[in-house]
Amino acid sequence: MLSKVAERIYWTARYLERVENTARLVAVYTNLLLDLPKGVNLGWYNLVRLSCLEDSFMERYKVQDERNVVKFLLADEKNPVSVVSSLNMLRENLRTTRDVVPVETWELINELSIFVSENSTKAQSRGQRHDCLEGIIRGCQRINGLLYGTMTHDEAWDFLRLGRNLERADMTTRLLDAGCAAILQTESHDGAVNARQIIWGNVLRSVGGEQSYRRKLRSAVQGSDVARYLLEDPQFPRTIRHCLAAIADSAAKLPRCEPVTKAIKDFQGKVFKNVDYDNLGEPMREYLNEVQVELGQLHAVFVRQWFNY
Amino acid sequence: MTINWSDYTPADFYYDELYSSTGNPRKPARRLVAYLKSLRDEEIEQRRQAAEATIREMGVTFTVYTEEGNIDRAWPFDIIPRTIAKKQWDKTAAGLKQRLQALNLFIDDLYHDQKILKDGIVPDYIIKQSKNFRPECVGVSPPFGVWAHICGTDLVRDKDGEFYVLEDNLRVPSGVAYMLENRAITKRVLPDLFEKIHIEPINDYCERLFDMLTSLSPRKVKQPVVVVLTPGIYNSAYFEHAFLAQQMGAELVEGSDLVVQDDCVFMKTVAGLERVDVIYRRIDDTFLDPEVFNPESVLGVPGLMRAWRAGNVGLANAPGAGVADDKVVYAYVPQIIRYYLDQDPIVPNVETFLCFDDKQREYVLANLDKLVVKPANESGGYGMLIGPHATKKERAEFAELIKANPRNYIAQPTLALSTAPTLIGNNLEPRHLDLRPFILQSSDIYVTTGGLTRVAMRKGSLVVNSSQGGGSKDTWVVDTEVNY
Repeated sequence: MLSKVAERIYWTARYLERVENTARLVAVYTNLLLDLPKGVNLGWYNLVRLSCLEDSFMERYKVQDERNVVKFLLADEKNPVSVVSSLNMLRENLRTTRDVVPVETWELINELSIFVSENSTKAQSRGQRHDCLEGIIRGCQRINGLLYGTMTHDEAWDFLRLGRNLERADMTTRLLDAGCAAILQTESHDGAVNARQIIWGNVLRSVGGEQSYRRKLRSAVQGSDVARYLLEDPQFPRTIRHCLAAIADSAAKLPRCEPVTKAIKDFQGKVFKNVDYDNLGEPMREYLNEVQVELGQLHAVFVRQWFNY
Repeated sequence: MTINWSDYTPADFYYDELYSSTGNPRKPARRLVAYLKSLRDEEIEQRRQAAEATIREMGVTFTVYTEEGNIDRAWPFDIIPRTIAKKQWDKTAAGLKQRLQALNLFIDDLYHDQKILKDGIVPDYIIKQSKNFRPECVGVSPPFGVWAHICGTDLVRDKDGEFYVLEDNLRVPSGVAYMLENRAITKRVLPDLFEKIHIEPINDYCERLFDMLTSLSPRKVKQPVVVVLTPGIYNSAYFEHAFLAQQMGAELVEGSDLVVQDDCVFMKTVAGLERVDVIYRRIDDTFLDPEVFNPESVLGVPGLMRAWRAGNVGLANAPGAGVADDKVVYAYVPQIIRYYLDQDPIVPNVETFLCFDDKQREYVLANLDKLVVKPANESGGYGMLIGPHATKKERAEFAELIKANPRNYIAQPTLALSTAPTLIGNNLEPRHLDLRPFILQSSDIYVTTGGLTRVAMRKGSLVVNSSQGGGSKDTWVVDTEVNY
């Protein structure tokens, strides 16, 4: 497979995952605000901070309110990781690699693009937001479903899987981080105990992991358990452990993979050592940040080995 | 407003593809018209919208270059197909094969002994002043003696109902993907008709193209590596490059994906360098290899010409094939056919005046208001003068251009391009159209069934190029001898 095609396929998967997770992030925040006790003041601007996009936001918006943040994350073409921008990038990548994915993928991506361009402004009002976000998430799931159902498990498949899982792992750390940030902001509030449960419940829901968590742990939702679950559970497909296992599995099937498999193995060996699940404040946020940096380094290894040698 | 199929009147002085006179469809179009008549206006509108949605979903686009940057536009499509009787098509197809065979013999001759020039059949200024003659290709013998493997020939139908050749595109002709997509769209929006009418299929093109390309492989291996070389995503035909690569299961590459080592071409893959056997190149000659041609080119591959001349890679079309894609050479094609094949041309040329010839130039300059003047080496409908539609000033300016560089201009009478009923809003109106079939040649020769019909969507316009407001229709070759 051409290096360039492999790289574009990898990015196609990353962008697709990013679109879905950004929609999930906005959905979970919207729900959270409805559930939290009155008086708990959770800033929408957290979502901008989580993605490290403060500069990009401040360039164009004065007010850090819900409307602007949602617009920025969904519909702003100048924000490089908004849903609209990610879809544009996804189309650019796929447009040049249509020949390695099932034919219908392109049609579904176009449908999703059309849906987003027609609906993303509606999502700025809460009344129509749910339908829009749901539409985006389902659109992504249809595409992934198509790929699972009809794509041959060749090299392109493994590069898709690498991209999907790397991005997914990164987004899971960000969703967890969103939870930690919210906890820190509600700490001093009277209803903090109640708020905690709501926040962690929503973090689980944001990755679609509430049911599986409950079946596995059979206990009330608790911050430390949720964090451990989303980081270390080997079975749920959005956990860091699971994503790394998928990355390792796909990398091992690709040609000239030794430096990559070694880097993954090293990372897997140390990633969960010394995590302090009893302290979900700043130390956890720092830890999550380190994981993001490590994932970025893994990406750099892919680039050196396969895309740009 | 209602669509009235019985009142449709072909414009005077033009041949209409579907109707012989008011309300009277031609034989190949009868079942089509009867079916369309049976649909209510709302149903027609539904089908039209379905076609539009299909085009958007399939992402069928073409790129237009503008001052503000490049824009991707949805492919403009009219749902009413254009029909051609199979009997007439078969004859035309034979003529197209004859023509390409003769042109390939001509190109091969030009790069070897130049017998046709020595025998005085074609004047040698054709070569001496040709922008597309490549001295670098002299003496090269590509497989089967074929240089132009893929040809897109533009046909027009004059008021007598005969097809005439307007030009041969032998460099990097485009449009075939749109021909295939037009059929795919029509099958979705008018599926019932395909059961009722004997419409010749067109879907084997990509297989034939792939077979033709593999036949050029220098390595006799079971699965030669075939790639499509594109200038990249910002080229107006990129959609087609990607489409064809996908349909053939070939890699779509850009120049930067290829390297030449020891006079062999390789592509950069995740597993390291892999040998390439055949390149279907969709970039112009002068950008192919910065070592030989334009040194500024970043689209091409340094060393590609060395590899090709050493016979280590197949190139389609071969570099230098464009020498016959010249409107002056065009004027000599009937003589070229007689010279190499000893046959009369089956499909005629449009009458053509060569401005290089003193007498003919005089006639052209005196009759600019009646003629269409074209530069010899441009494509896409650029740089031409449509005399009857031009202002006095434009004609005077063009006269100067012709006098300054007579070799570069030819003139043709304004053609009465045929029309076909086209949906314009809620009305049925005649619009002018042409036809571009595609011909493939290596050890075998093949012609598409029908081709790409391009329509000038503006009333009265004769310009069918999509870059200049053209649209298109599906083209049906209908066997009227079966079940009629």
